[in-house]
Amino acid sequence: MSDTGVAGNVLDVEKIRKDFPILSQSVRGKPLIYLDNAATTHKPISVIERVRNFDAEKYGTVRRGTYKLSEHATQLYEEVRQKVADFMGAEKKGEIVFTSGTTQAINLVAHSFGKRFVNEGDEIVISNIEHHANIVPWQVLCEERGAKLKVIPVDDDGELVMEEYEKLLSPKTRMVAVNHVSNALGTINPIKEITQKAHAVGARVLIDGAQSTPHIKLDVRDIDCDFYTFSGHKMYGPSGIGGVYGKMEVWEEMPPYVTGGDMIMQVTLEKTTYAKPPARFEAGTPPITQVMGLGAAIDYLNEIGMDKIADYENSLLEYGTRLFKEIEGVRIIGNARSKASIISFFSDSAHPHDMVHFLDQDGIACRGGHHCAQPTMIRYGVPATTRASMAFYNKPEELDALAESVQKCIRIFS
Amino acid sequence: MSYNNELYQQVILDHNRKPRNFHAIENASHSCHGINPLCGDDITVYLNVDEEAGKIDEVSFQGSGCAISKASTSMMTTFLKGKSVDEARQIKEEFHKMILGEMDPEKEEHHLGKLTLFMGIREYPSRTKCASLAWHTLVGALDKKFDGVSTE
Repeated sequence: MSDTGVAGNVLDVEKIRKDFPILSQSVRGKPLIYLDNAATTHKPISVIERVRNFDAEKYGTVRRGTYKLSEHATQLYEEVRQKVADFMGAEKKGEIVFTSGTTQAINLVAHSFGKRFVNEGDEIVISNIEHHANIVPWQVLCEERGAKLKVIPVDDDGELVMEEYEKLLSPKTRMVAVNHVSNALGTINPIKEITQKAHAVGARVLIDGAQSTPHIKLDVRDIDCDFYTFSGHKMYGPSGIGGVYGKMEVWEEMPPYVTGGDMIMQVTLEKTTYAKPPARFEAGTPPITQVMGLGAAIDYLNEIGMDKIADYENSLLEYGTRLFKEIEGVRIIGNARSKASIISFFSDSAHPHDMVHFLDQDGIACRGGHHCAQPTMIRYGVPATTRASMAFYNKPEELDALAESVQKCIRIFS
Repeated sequence: MSYNNELYQQVILDHNRKPRNFHAIENASHSCHGINPLCGDDITVYLNVDEEAGKIDEVSFQGSGCAISKASTSMMTTFLKGKSVDEARQIKEEFHKMILGEMDPEKEEHHLGKLTLFMGIREYPSRTKCASLAWHTLVGALDKKFDGVSTE
C-alpha cells in the first residue's frame, strides 16, 4: 500500500476485515463499502459470539438472584464495568455508570447534576459544533432552572475559538459540556485545556465521547474531566448499551435520575433511601447481554491496540483528504488541524441526499444529512453535508471508489 | 404509456437544474412553509386561488432541497395550474399512494399524468418524504395552515 501512503504496515486490514462478517457482502451487485462508522460501527465475530454464547449458556439476572446462574452473570457484568474503567483510565470501576448510550448518559447528568447544582442565573457552556444530544438536554435544563446557555463559537476551519471560550467562563458557570470529537466535522477538541479552564472558575466538565472512544486512546484522569460519555454501538459493540464515567466525589453528591428497583438502599411506603453510585443511577434490569457484547468489543480493541488504530485511521484520513481536495466542485466542511477520521463535504451541484443515493448505487454507505448537528450546518451555511467516516477496517481503495463515485455524481448533476 | 422505475430520470434532473415557477407570489391568496426535518428540505408554496370558481390560477414555490424535492415541487406547480382545488386534493392523494407503493399506476386508474415519473420512489422508502413534501405543503396552503407543515 506504499502508493497510497496509508500505513498498511501498522495494521493487517485484510486480516481484520475477516473478523467482520457483514463487510463481505454485496450491495446492489457491488462489494459493500461501509463509510458510516460515525453513525454506527459493525461487530467483529468475537462480539457476536460472546453475545450468543452468553445468551445460550450464561444468561441470568444481575445483582438480584442468589443462585449460581445469577451470581455468575453478575460477576461477568461487573467484570465488564472494570474493563470499561480500565479502557477509559478511570480510577475506580464504580465510577462507570451503564446507560443505553451517550444520549441517555448526557440526559442523566443534565437532570441529576442540574437538579442538585444548577439554579436561577447560573450558566452552562456548550459549543457551536455539538450533536443535538449535547445541546437539547442542556437547553431543557436551562429553561427549567432559569439558567443561561452560552455557546463557544467555532472558526471557519471547525476549531473552537478558545479566546472566546475563556470570556464565556465566570463564577456563574456550573457546567461545560463539549464533545471530544465533532461527529459532523471530525474536529478533535482540546478537552484537557477546556477542562483546566473550566475548573479554574469552579465549573464541572462533561465530555461527549461518543465519537472519540473508538478512535483515541483515553485517559480520563489525565484529561481530568468530571464526566465522559460513550456509546457501545460506535465502538464495535451492540446498540442499547453505553455509559458515563464520572468522578466518584461528584456522583456521590448527585440525586437519582430514573428511579425504581435496584437503585435503592431501603424502601418503606413512607420513604426511600438510595444506593451508592453506580447502582443509584442504574434503576431496573440493565441490558445484560449488551454489556457482555461491550466487554467483547473492548477486548477486541485492546487486542489491536488503540494507538495502532489511531495511527492507521489518521493515515486513512490524510489519504482521503488529499483525494477530496482534488475533486472539483467539492469542499470539505471542517479542516481543523486536529481531526478524527471523518470527511464531511459539500457540492453545490449535488445535494447530499442525491449524492448518497448515487453512492448507494455503487455499494457505498455514506451519510447525507445534518448529522443531528443543525447548528453546525447553519454555522457553515450548508443545509446538510455528505459524510464519510472511516474505521480501521476501511481500505484506501475504498476511498478511491468513493472519490470516483462522487465525481460521477457531480457530473450527472452539473 | 410505459413506466420507468429509475428514480433520477432526465426530466427530474432537468427540473432540478431549472425549476419552473421558482419565485414568490406577492399577495398570494394562499401560501405555506413546509419542511422535511430529516433531510433539511425547506420550501414555501404560493397559490392564487379563484375562490368562486374553486380554481388554481397561479402556483409557484421557493426554497432549497434535494433534486427529488425540488423537481417534485417544480412539476407539481406546472401540473396544477388551471386545475380545480378538488382535483388538486385528489391528485395529492393519488400521488401519495403511488410513492408509497399502495397504488400501481400501471394497473389502476389515476389522474397523475407525467407525475408517474416519481413512481420509482416506492423502491426507496427513505426518499418518499422528499417527493411528498411539495404536496403536503400544497394542502397546508389550501387548508390555511399558517404555522407551516412538516413531514415528521
